Amino acid sequence: MINKIVRTMAEAMAGIRDGSTVLIGGFGAVGQPDALIEGLIEQGAKDLVCVANNAGTGRTGLARLMELGRVRKIICSFPRSAGSVVFEELYREGRIELEIVPQGTLAERMRAAGAGVPAFYTPTGVGTLLAQGKEVREIDGRPYVLERALKGDVALIEAWEADRWGNLTYRESGRNFNPVMAMAAELTIAQAMHIRALGEINPDHVVTPGIFVDRVIHVDRGPDWA
Amino acid sequence: MKPFSRAQMAARVAQDIPEGWFVNLGIGIPTMVADHVPADREVILHSENGILGMGPAPPPDKVDPWLVNAGKQPVTLRPGGSFFHHADSFAMIRGGHLDLCVLGAFEVAENGDIANWATSENDTAPAVGGAMDLAAGAKRLWVVMEHTTKDGRPKLVERCSYPLTALGAVSRVYTNLGVFDVVKGRGFVVVDMAPGVTFEALQERSGAKLHLPG
Repeated sequence: MINKIVRTMAEAMAGIRDGSTVLIGGFGAVGQPDALIEGLIEQGAKDLVCVANNAGTGRTGLARLMELGRVRKIICSFPRSAGSVVFEELYREGRIELEIVPQGTLAERMRAAGAGVPAFYTPTGVGTLLAQGKEVREIDGRPYVLERALKGDVALIEAWEADRWGNLTYRESGRNFNPVMAMAAELTIAQAMHIRALGEINPDHVVTPGIFVDRVIHVDRGPDWA
Repeated sequence: MKPFSRAQMAARVAQDIPEGWFVNLGIGIPTMVADHVPADREVILHSENGILGMGPAPPPDKVDPWLVNAGKQPVTLRPGGSFFHHADSFAMIRGGHLDLCVLGAFEVAENGDIANWATSENDTAPAVGGAMDLAAGAKRLWVVMEHTTKDGRPKLVERCSYPLTALGAVSRVYTNLGVFDVVKGRGFVVVDMAPGVTFEALQERSGAKLHLPG
């Protein structure tokens, strides 16, 4: 019997190695797998490259992981936000590498990785600092920048519902980067608000089919998020 | 001279958005545009974190933590709205499916170049978000911004001095002093002025040559 549901955070985090590229879902706090990030902090892997839209806020979660010196590099579109104090300190002191990527390019680079497309041409960023050093090619009279697929060793994502095959649904704007990250990593770990029996999720409503998901852990955020 | 207030600037933009358009509004004054679209005019708002049919902010006791806009503030969904993931959201943007994007800017040049994501004046990390995708991908890009910086430097310029967001993308600019079309081969054409503003006063506060229509 296939059962991707794990009971403990230690099982969920098993095997994440130093030096891994870790894709972390969410847009700000929404759809961000907080419990899995805490699990990664506990687990101890270091020298990580983290891919996330934002560079963490306050001193918990991703910010805590960075503050502990466990993140070598962050790839994101919007590192600066109210409360991104840890990232800004580390960046100013030259203790963290930053690769800034336009938000749509970030999503498409991961979608491409998941879809077996090694690179693609995009109009985004042509003629800007973010295209420097990249191939530019004119197609049908318009210039495009070549961007490479971005693959993760691990993806940490948050879902609304999950079953033991790893089929996932999402809640409202909590979907954001989670489905493309699930596709783009060798090892995809999902925290889910609700665990459903196999067959209970309407197949028409599945957003991420279980083929993209390796482990599921039940994490209830509590009544505010119900 | 009676410059437009921020709310009046937002209202002036809203006046020009016809029914049926799919529109993405950036952070700041652009966000306020939504409050000025008449309730009976169906304009469908897109938010890059995966929402079409975005509605106004909810009352404090009705906040849904799963539903935020691009600025991470709580919003609502209008009947007919939908959710999708980031790659689809930016397919809508990059694929030319949005009729309009409205952004703020540091500078707009007479050739339509826009600079709105980074200044070289500080050492904090730059943050681009979805600005480059929106500027390159939407069918039209309008900018709404103050006419000059706080210390009086013009923001309508011949060439941008700050790092660019996109080349030749802007087709219209709304400021507290007027409304300008960006016309290829010509530059800034004045289409509207705030009450009491003269063409000479506008030109004095602009870093590029202004033109009268016709």
